[in-house]
Parts: sequence; C-alpha cells; structure tokens
Amino acid sequence: MKLTKTLMASTALTVAAGMATADGHMANEMTIVSWGGAYSNSQQKAYHDPYMEKTGVNIINDSSSSEAVAKLRAMNEAGNVTWDVVDVVAADAIRLCDEGLAMEIDPDEMLAAAPDGTSAEDDFGDLLVSDCFIPQIVYSTTFGYRTDMVGDTPPTSVCAVFDTEAYPGKRALEKNPINNMEWALLCDGVAKDEVYDVLETEEGQQQALDKLATIKDDVIWWSAGADTPQLLADGEIVMGSTYNGRLFSVIEEQNQPVAMLWDAQVFDLDGWIIPTGLSDERKARALDYIMFATDTQRLADQAKYISYGPARASSAPLVSTHADLGIDMAPHMPTDPENAKNTFLYNYEFWADYRDDIDAKFQAWLAQ
Amino acid sequence: MSDNTATGPDQFTGATPDNALRAADNADHGPMLAADGTPLKKSLNRALRRQKLRALMLIAPLLVFILVAFIAPIADMLFRSVENQIVADTLPRTTDGLAAWDSTSGEIPPPELFEGLYKDIFIASERKLHTRLGSRLNYELTGVSSLFRKSGRGVEDIGEVYQDQFEDFNEFWKDAENWNPLMGSAEWLEDMAGWDEKSGDRQPAFEIRDEVASVLPETAAMYETFAEFVQFEDEDNLLKEDPWAIVYSALYADLSAGADVASLSGPGSAELQEAAVAVADFETVDYSAAFEEIDKDWHSIEVWQTIQTYSPAYTSGYFLNAVDMKKGPDGPEMRPENERLYIKLFIRTMIMSLVITGSCILLGYPVAWILANLPARTANLLMILVLLPFWTSLLVRTSAWKVMLQQQGVINDTLVWLGVVADDSRLALINNQTGTIIAMTHILLPFMILPLYSVMKTIPPTYLRAAKSLGATDWTAFWRVYFPQSVPGIGAGSILVFILAIGYYITPELVGGTTGTFISNRIAYHISSSLNWGLAAALGAILLAVVLGLYWAYDKIVGIDNVKLGG
Repeated sequence: MKLTKTLMASTALTVAAGMATADGHMANEMTIVSWGGAYSNSQQKAYHDPYMEKTGVNIINDSSSSEAVAKLRAMNEAGNVTWDVVDVVAADAIRLCDEGLAMEIDPDEMLAAAPDGTSAEDDFGDLLVSDCFIPQIVYSTTFGYRTDMVGDTPPTSVCAVFDTEAYPGKRALEKNPINNMEWALLCDGVAKDEVYDVLETEEGQQQALDKLATIKDDVIWWSAGADTPQLLADGEIVMGSTYNGRLFSVIEEQNQPVAMLWDAQVFDLDGWIIPTGLSDERKARALDYIMFATDTQRLADQAKYISYGPARASSAPLVSTHADLGIDMAPHMPTDPENAKNTFLYNYEFWADYRDDIDAKFQAWLAQ
Repeated sequence: MSDNTATGPDQFTGATPDNALRAADNADHGPMLAADGTPLKKSLNRALRRQKLRALMLIAPLLVFILVAFIAPIADMLFRSVENQIVADTLPRTTDGLAAWDSTSGEIPPPELFEGLYKDIFIASERKLHTRLGSRLNYELTGVSSLFRKSGRGVEDIGEVYQDQFEDFNEFWKDAENWNPLMGSAEWLEDMAGWDEKSGDRQPAFEIRDEVASVLPETAAMYETFAEFVQFEDEDNLLKEDPWAIVYSALYADLSAGADVASLSGPGSAELQEAAVAVADFETVDYSAAFEEIDKDWHSIEVWQTIQTYSPAYTSGYFLNAVDMKKGPDGPEMRPENERLYIKLFIRTMIMSLVITGSCILLGYPVAWILANLPARTANLLMILVLLPFWTSLLVRTSAWKVMLQQQGVINDTLVWLGVVADDSRLALINNQTGTIIAMTHILLPFMILPLYSVMKTIPPTYLRAAKSLGATDWTAFWRVYFPQSVPGIGAGSILVFILAIGYYITPELVGGTTGTFISNRIAYHISSSLNWGLAAALGAILLAVVLGLYWAYDKIVGIDNVKLGG
C-alpha cells in the first residue's frame, strides 16, 4: 500500500512538473534561437547581457537556426512552440511568414524609432523584405583567397574563380545553387542586371551549369559556413566562398595568409522573427526584447564583436572599433563603400519561386 | 498420448497444458471434467487465457510506449507522402469548378471560375493560408509561390471596387454597427448586448437572420464566414469589425441577380432597397481580367492544369517524384534527363552500403578471431580498443578523418614524404566515394566485430584440433569447420552494418563530396531546407520498403534463424 502511494505521489509530481515545463517557461525566462559560435557570442554581448541586466529576464540560448524552419513547423503542428525569438536569414523568414509560422510585425509600432526621430520603417528602409522579419545585420557571401597561393597577381574579379589556369588549385563553393548560378552567369558574359532574367529560362540555367562544369573537378562543395575558413587555413583550397564574418575571423583574429575578394559579393540579411502561437505573456516579452535589441545603439554595438553591418541606416555612423582587437570595424563591413563597388542583393522573390526547381537540376548535375 | 501429433515447440510428450487440451479434444467418451465440474477444455482455456493476458499486461507499457512514441509518429510522417488535402481545402470553389474543366481544350477556365477563385483566395489570404498553398504547388510548378503571394495582395483591390461604390453611395454601408443588425438574428443581437467583452466569457456565436439568408444567400454565406473568422480565429469583437471587402462583392452579386429585397423588413431594409436600385449603375468587375492584371500567369493553362492535377485529397505525385517521374497530362512520365536524381541515389546508397558491409567483414573478421582466441585478459584490453571509438562522438571521428584524408592531410603528407606519390599529384581520398567508404567502415566496424566475436567465442577450439588431427590442412580446417560455424555472426553483423549504413547521413554529408552522398542526405534536405515533407516522406517510405524487402530476401535465402548476436 505504501509502495502504491509513493508511486502515485511521484507520478503526480512528474506529471505536474511536466505540465509546468510544458508551457516551456518559468515566469521570467525566454528562449532565443540563433546560429551559435561567434555570431551568438556577439548577440550575447550586444543584446542579451544588457537586456538581462535591464529587465532581469533570463535568456536561454539555443543554436538551432540552421534548422529553424523545419523545427518551427514541427512545433507548430504539435501545438507547443517553445521558442520566443528566432534568428533566421531573410529567405527563411519569408518562408516562415508564408507558412504562417511567424508573426507579422508593424515596424512603426513594435520597433524603436531612430534617435533623430526617423521612424523604424524608414530607418530599416528596403531591408524590411517580409512582413514578419526584423532585420538585424547585413552580411555578404563572398570569396577569400590564400595570398601565398596566387602568385604576384592577386585576383580582383570574381571570375578568377573560373580561371583555373591563372589560379590553379581547388576552390570551395556552397553545395547549393544560390549565388553560384549568379556568379557563373556573370562570368559567362551576362550583364549584371540581366542575370535573373536569364536564370528564369531553361537555357539560362543550363548555361550557368555549363559554366560551373568547367571547374567542377576543381571544386570542393561546402555545406557549413565553417568549412571554407578551415580549408583556407589548411591550404586545401586557393579560394572559396563563405560569409564575410568568417573570413574576417580567419584574417584578423587567426592571422592566416588570407585576403578578401569583395567583388560581386552577395548581400543577404539576417534578423529576428517571433513565432506565432505564443501566449500573450510570452509574446509581450518577445516584443519587448525585440524593441530593445533592434534599436540604433544595440545594432551598432553588435559590430564591435563581428564584422557584419547593422541593418539600420542610423546605426552605421555609430560603428566603432573591435572590442578585443581594437581595429576600426568600418572598413571590414560589407557595406563599406570601398568594399561595395560591385554587389548583388540576394533576390528573395526569385529564389522563393525557383529554388526547388533549380535545386533539383543543380543536385542532379552534381550527382552526374 | 501417442496419438498427439504435436509439432514444433509442442513436441513434449509430457502432461503439458497443450497436450491436455488435445487429449480432451480426442477423447470420444464425452468431455473430460475438471475438479469443479466444468469441462476440462474450458477450464484449461481459461487458465491459459489468464496467463496470456498477464503476459500481455507485463509488456503493455512497452507496447504502448512503442506504439505512441515510435510507430504512430512514423506512420504519421509516412502518411504525408500521399496527403494533399491542402489544395481542395484552401480552394474549395475553384477545385469544384475545375472538375468540369477540360485541361486539354487549350482554353483557360470560364469567368465564373475566376469568381470562385477570387472568393477562395480572399478567404485564404485572410486566414494566411494562400502562401502556404503557394509553397505547396511551387513544388510542382515553378513560380506559383509568388503567384499566390501576389494574388493574396491583389484580391483586396478587386474587392474594394464594390466596397468603395457601396460606401460612396451611402455611408451606411461603412460601419459594422449597421451591418450587424441587418445580418444578425434578433436573439444573437440580444446575446451580444448582454455579453461583457472584458468578462472573458466566450463571445456568442453569430447567427444569421433567416429572412436575410433566404433573400441574400451569397451575402449571408460570406458574412457568416467573416463573422466566424473574426469571432473565433482573430477573437475580436464582431460588433466593432467592419466587414471584409468580399462581403460587398457578394452583396453586389445578390442585388444584381435581382434579390427580392422588398420582402425584407427591419433595420437596414430601406438602405438595402435603395442600393438594389443603384447597383444597376455600378461599375462591374471582370474577375478573369482582374486576375490577369495581378499576374498574367493566371491566364496560363499550365497553372490551371497543375491546380487541377493536384485537386484530389490524395496524390501519388510525391512518390512519382521520388522515382524521378512526374504527373503529365497523359499520366505518369519520366522527368527530363537533367532532373533525374533519386533513382541514381537509391542505387548508389545500396551499392555503397554493400561495399561498406563487405569491407567491415574483411577487416572485422580477423580482429574478432584474434579477440576470441586470445587469453581473456589480453582480449579484454583489445576489446576496449575496439569499443573506444564506439564511445567517441560521431562528429569527432568524422572530422578526424577529414584531417587524415585531405590533400594536405596526414596520409598524403606521409606518402609524399615517403616518396610514394609526387607532391603535385596527391591522392583524392576525401570528398568522394572513397572518403565515405573509409570513414563509414571505421565508424560501423564495432557493429561487425561485436556479433562476430560473441559467436566465435562459442565455437569450441577442439573442433579445429579434431579436424587437424583427422588430417585437414589449416585452410581446410578453417574453411570447412570453423568458418561455417561463424556464419551466423557474419549474418548478424552484416544486417546491422548494412541497415545502419543505408540510413546514414552525417558522415556522407561531411566527407562524401558530390559522389559519396546518400539518399538520406536528400531526405534531410527536404525535411529541413525545402520543407517538402511530402517528398521526404515518399523517399523515406521507399527506403523503408527497400530495407524490409532486403530483410525478407535475407530471411528467404539465409534464414533469420541463422543470425546470432551471441551464445
């Protein structure tokens, strides 16, 4: 009898504990999802720490951004969303918004205005690419090369990637058609403003794949952003594409013989979304955090820890020096005029439509 | 009891319950009775049933757990490979209308269908479902995603044509406070008046006025949809919400069809009668042209064919896609050459898993043999060496292989230093099939060694000695005496390794490059990146079927009884 009682009591306790945590959150806690590594670290220092100090809310980090879309969909179907704020790239934010998994944001009401009074909507400007998305940083996908492997003529154009005679050695490209197709067409003589018109057609897609085929044997295809920096550091490749912040860290923090090739860098955005299906209390807290973490000063602060450009126009003049290295960060920003002479902006609408189709062709081409 | 023709495990000739039952059956002199007078058969049956029930109760927690936590989710996931209700659920009017449309006629659907489409998309966009459907159909036809996104914004403009005209004609039509008394039943209005918004009570559900429903059927239906959405999806106070633009479109349609508004009385009837006269002069909307203005793709046959093809609630489309086919106008057809991928990947996955299993046997057999024949102490020490990598993280081991195998890596450096290969022709050992085979063989080796070892441990060494003493050479003794006894271990190890290999995905992703990736990498891609869960489920279902098929074939050829994991 005693045993039964003990068993019943402990079961009851377990169930109660389960119910308490099923809500996911003790009174003063929120889960913020991001990419992990140096990037999360910069957010911790620029946003989370000051916010926790200011409000006493405890922030729990989760590094699941790379699979955020799938996980949010699964959570939503299960009716138990455990995340409060999620950091995703703009393309994923658009997808989440389309699927009804992210909340719509009214920038003027929910985001802080710039110090000079400019409304948030104008301050973010064109970077508000989706109704659900609050941009945080501008990053770029661009090339880095080994300075000791390119001889006396370091590359100045993205087309050096396709020139295996002048620059022999392996190259690293992302195992994904996005960006690669654009660069291939650009280096196959297509004018920059016609790239997407060409890429819409079967022939254009084939043209890009044919151009990529000329270097197929010399390419190592990466799927994690950390691959290219590692391959560069090991001397496995002569050049490779990755996110500019990763290259900054190889060049400035690890002092490897690597340099940036900013030509034809592709701008992309990363920012926050708030999942749908939060309780009112959690939603209010998430909005409060977003209001704090995306104001002008906070966005400028993040650039102290990582070389990504703040998404607000009003933050750019406030970008200062690196917190540890003390170097001036402005010249390392992808948006710096010196670096941004020839740039692409990730074409969200095009890739939302064509990604499945072109990816199928690209993967079939890769497997040949 | 010699007449008991018991077989299999029942070959006991003693007084087992089964045999007693048979005896009871065979008795031709009336039923044998138990002590309490009931027939023995019945009484024994009851005892057996109780036993079986108790056994079932004992395993019930595990059974329920497996059903709930394992079988049900897998079944649910696999079921997505045929599910397709989203199209008909989101576009009910359109799919109904399309059933009668002949897709081979070369004509786009008639204008009435565009009106249905307008209603469907308007309601879907209020519910934020239109973009979800767009993503779904974009898997089948490129461009549908943005088509639906654009249309979701565009339908608002279509609706405003009538809304503006009604509101310009009479301010009356602008406000929720005029609409609700017109549309709602008296009881509902009373309930609403008595409802305290702040009390947290449920808002009284909207009820349409019967007279309105019979005179203005379309308006009533649309208003009900609107009311339900406001009250229970948005959870706003209906009394304060102005109607959707589409309600005005429906009102226009009713009035211009000659609704008998004169028969209506009560609030708003005067305004309604005025409006009924005025609509004759209203500017009308050509829905077909309006949609063409939103996007000219609405006048492309292909879009309509796609919607029609994917109207049914269940589709074979995902499975066709998973075997490089697609639904064409005349039934399933192969995809163009440059989009075929999955069959190739399935075959590659099979072949490479077989190669990996083979190399695990080659490397694992001698190791297991040594382990089984060494004195226990040494064997235990070596066993730890076998198990050590087993306890190390998979990612760590895979990354270690990267360091070893890359062109500037340890192996190539050593080979160059030894002068075996030239510096400019280093071996490509990674980012291809070789890399996948090497790394996966290493990772899966313990799964081969352990069953082999436990089987070999039970083979008495005296057999080999006996064979040799009878004149067998070392090879004959091994091949004719030892090896056949170790086959169950090989069988068990091979099944383990092969089935694990076939579903592997992290290692091929990291070291496989383009030629060493498996079908599971594509499944993972469709689950986490493209969100095409239907296709992922179809690929997974095929993979599961292949594994079960191979298991069945193995049972037929080798016999699953011949598999031993130990003693």
